[in-house]
Order: sequence, then structure tokens, then C-alpha cells
Amino acid sequence: MKLVTAVIKPFKVDDVKEALKAAGVTGMTITEVKGFGRQGGHTETYRGTEYQVDFLPKVKVEAIVDDDAVGGVVDAIAGAANTDKIGDGKVWVTTVDNLVRIRTGETGSAAI
Amino acid sequence: MEAGGIAWVLVSSALVLFMTPGLALFYGGMDRSRNVLNMFMMNFWCLLIVPIVWVIAGFSLAYSGSGSFIGNLDWTLLSGLGIDAADAGGDGGKLILAAIFLGMFAVITPALISGAVADRMKFPAWAVFVPAWILLVYCPVSFWIYGGVWGDGLTGWLGVRGSLDFAGGTVIHVNAGIAALAAVLILGKRTGWPKEGHPPHSMPLVMLGTGILWFGWFGFNAGSAFAANGVAIQAFMNTFLAAAAGGLAWGIVERIRDGHFTNLGVASGIVSGLVAITPGAGYVSGMSPIWIGLAAGVLCSFAVRLKFAGKFDDSLDVVGVHFIGGLIGSLLIGLFADPGFFGAEFGAGLLNGGGATLLIEQIVANAVTIVYSFIVTGLILLAIKAVIGIRVSEEDEESGLDLTQHAESAYNIGEVTMGRG
Repeated sequence: MKLVTAVIKPFKVDDVKEALKAAGVTGMTITEVKGFGRQGGHTETYRGTEYQVDFLPKVKVEAIVDDDAVGGVVDAIAGAANTDKIGDGKVWVTTVDNLVRIRTGETGSAAI
Repeated sequence: MEAGGIAWVLVSSALVLFMTPGLALFYGGMDRSRNVLNMFMMNFWCLLIVPIVWVIAGFSLAYSGSGSFIGNLDWTLLSGLGIDAADAGGDGGKLILAAIFLGMFAVITPALISGAVADRMKFPAWAVFVPAWILLVYCPVSFWIYGGVWGDGLTGWLGVRGSLDFAGGTVIHVNAGIAALAAVLILGKRTGWPKEGHPPHSMPLVMLGTGILWFGWFGFNAGSAFAANGVAIQAFMNTFLAAAAGGLAWGIVERIRDGHFTNLGVASGIVSGLVAITPGAGYVSGMSPIWIGLAAGVLCSFAVRLKFAGKFDDSLDVVGVHFIGGLIGSLLIGLFADPGFFGAEFGAGLLNGGGATLLIEQIVANAVTIVYSFIVTGLILLAIKAVIGIRVSEEDEESGLDLTQHAESAYNIGEVTMGRG
């Protein structure tokens, strides 16, 4: 099992969700986060004074998937979240040791 | 008083009262989210304590008797003031109406100072400062300009010399603005300023506050005619135009100078236009309010940068907007005052054939107010600093004043961490 994590532009959440569903993902968790990468932040001006805002709003999407589905899921996110502009975010994959569905007690792939 | 006049001044009084919560929104939105409730409470404290101080002694000190410098104690505790013709002042409660209407101005004047001391002043220090400032600064300065007008005629020494202040440009805005400068010099800068930025936490609150201030300001200026008459009508028109011109001017300066037409620029410009028309609202006519608003909007948009040059941390630009705006408006009366339009006996401005006499009196009245208010405000705050301290600890400043001064948070959005303790 793998945990696929993506940090994306907030307005791309719906597109990514639909793409994940189409790729067979049955559940996901999102978190509103702030961060910056190569894009850096932006500036805001109040009464003529510029303020540098380093951390920009992003959404973190997390989904646990079977090993053989990982490639398709990563492609789905990367495709749906892409705007070809700086600040689109990243997707990464980590290994999950165990998983338990709390209601039934199922473990491993059965709990996905 | 005739019924229409009484009705208008009562309504105006309520309008002016509403300006103080409006000011709290205007300042609170500009403040950081961890200090917004402290800002609200500094303003609401003025609504709580000033009315009481006002009827105990403030109104009497600011307006009674026929001296030159300060009122007497005739009207303390509202003594002798009634609603029959036989009471002091007679005329069916006219003096009680004056005490109500002018009390609203006394509430908002110290509230203006709160924007300068934001984010770092101990609430108990503010609580003591407000009544002390009303009695020691606001009342005497009011008397110098307006003393005697509710008795047998003007006797306050600056008013007698001929300076004009229709609704409180000198007495309220210049006075509070220079007091704000004294306060921030004694209080010191916020930790991290100016290196760390403190951008507004909620611009919609600022815009709502601006709207409420503009709305209330019609009572402030047009109500200051203290009658339902032509002067009130013209003061209303002047207030309408100067605010629009001020907002337009500041917005356009920012568009040209900084690249964008901003909400905060427009809000600041509207307020600077309102401040600048306050002293002349009942003395100028025609296109003059537009010139006054434009001048205030342009000049104040640059004046708010003085704090960076002067290294004084006037958090929300009370000096740049109220002091400079009030001063501009007060001095411009010296150019634009138009007694012919009003069919009244007051000095004519330079552009209306009055020569420089009025302009010189405007300079004198403001200079005297600036020196007195700066020194006495400083002395009050130094005394408070010595006795109870005026500044929160750096740790409390970092945690925010809402939590450390009031044990509240403005925005409890998630419930996960809210227990009953």
C-alpha cells in the first residue's frame, strides 16, 4: 500500500477529486495548508507599504492506494492539477506499513 | 428650540454615537486578528466611561461660565439643567440636548487615539488614560474654542480671537492626532516594527467601518448646526462631497504611485476627507469641499509615510490621517471661509476677500492646541507609566492582546480545541 500525497493549487481541488474518482480511488482527505516552493510568495500593498507574503494557500490531498494503482493515481493528480504555471505544487508517494478500517477491523489492502 | 431642530440634533447624536463602533471596525480590521478585540474594547471603553465623566464634570468644564480658559462647576452632575424654560439655559432642555450631542464627540475623540497605540498598550493604562485625557486635555481645549457659546456668548480665548472650528477639526482631530503622537513616543514601537509587516487582518471590516463613519459623520457635521436649518443642509452637502473627493484622491494617488486602486487607500481617503471638512463644514460652500477633500486625500496619502522617516510607530496612522487631515482642513478655512454664503458674521477666507487674518488665527489656534495637547498627553502617560505601567510584556504582545488583556479570541472557528477548562 502507498500513501499518495499532493500539494496543489486550491482552485484545482475539484478537478483532482474527479480525476481520482475516475482512477478508482474511493476515499481521500484534504487539508488547507500554506507553503511556498520555487514560486516564492507574493506582495500585498497597504497604504503604499509593500508586505511580502511568503506562504501561499495550498491544498494537501492524501489518498491511500494499492501498489499497482499508484502509477495511475499519480498521473491522474499530475494531469488534473497542471496549469503549466509556476506554483502548481507536487505529488509524492510513501509506503504504508499497515491500515485498519476502524468499523470492521479489516486490515491491509482490504481496508482501503 | 423649535421641534424640527430638536429632532434633528437628537438623531444626529445617535449618528455620532454610532461612529465609535464604526471606528472600532475601521481600526479593528486593520489590526491583526489576535488584537482586534482589544481594539474594539479600547473604543467601547470610551463609550462606557466618557458619558459618566462627561455628566459628572466634563460638560461643565468644557462649556459653562464665561471665562477664557476653562469652564466652572455650575453644570457638574447636570445640576440646574432641566427641560423647562425656567431652568439654566431655559429653552426646553436645550442644555441637556447640548450635553447629549457634545458628549458623543467627547466619546469618539479619545477613541481616535486607540489606533496609534494598537497592539501593545496595557488595557488598565488605557482605562485610566481616557478619563484623565478628557478632563485635562479635551475639556480645556474645547473651552478655548467654544467656551461661552451655551451661555451669554463666546468667551473662550481662541474663539474670541476669531479662529473657526465648526465641528471639531482642531478640538477633535488635531487634538487627538497630536496626542496620538505623544502616546506612541512614550509607548515605543511594536516588537519587530518596522521590519516585520503588520497587514490588515480583515479589509471587509475596514470597509464596513468606513461606511459607518461616513454615515455617522452627517450627524457630526450637519448636526453641529444645532438646528434644522440652511447651515445644516450646507454642512451635509460639504460632508458628502469632501469624503468622496478624499477617497477618490487617495485611490488615484495609489493607482499612479503604487500600481493599484486599493480598498484601504479609498477607505483612508474617505476618512481623511471627512476629517478635513469637519472644521469648515459650516463655513465653506460651492466647490470648496471638493478642493478640501482632494487636498486631504493627496497629502494624507503621503503623510502616512512620515512614521517611517520619523521612526515613530503610529500603528494605524492616526497622525497621518487625523492630525494632518484635521490641520489641512482647519488651515484651508483660512482660504475658503465664505460668510457671504451663510449670511453670517465670521471671518472671510483669503479667497473670499478676507485677507490673511483668518488664516493666521487658524494657525494660532492649531499651534496652541498642538503644544498643549502634546505636552499634557505626554505628562498623563508618563504618570500612568510610573504608577501602573503602560506597556504589555513582550510575551503578551506576542500572544496577542485579545487573549492576554481580555481572555477572549475574536475567531473561534474550530471547536476541537475549545473545552471548558
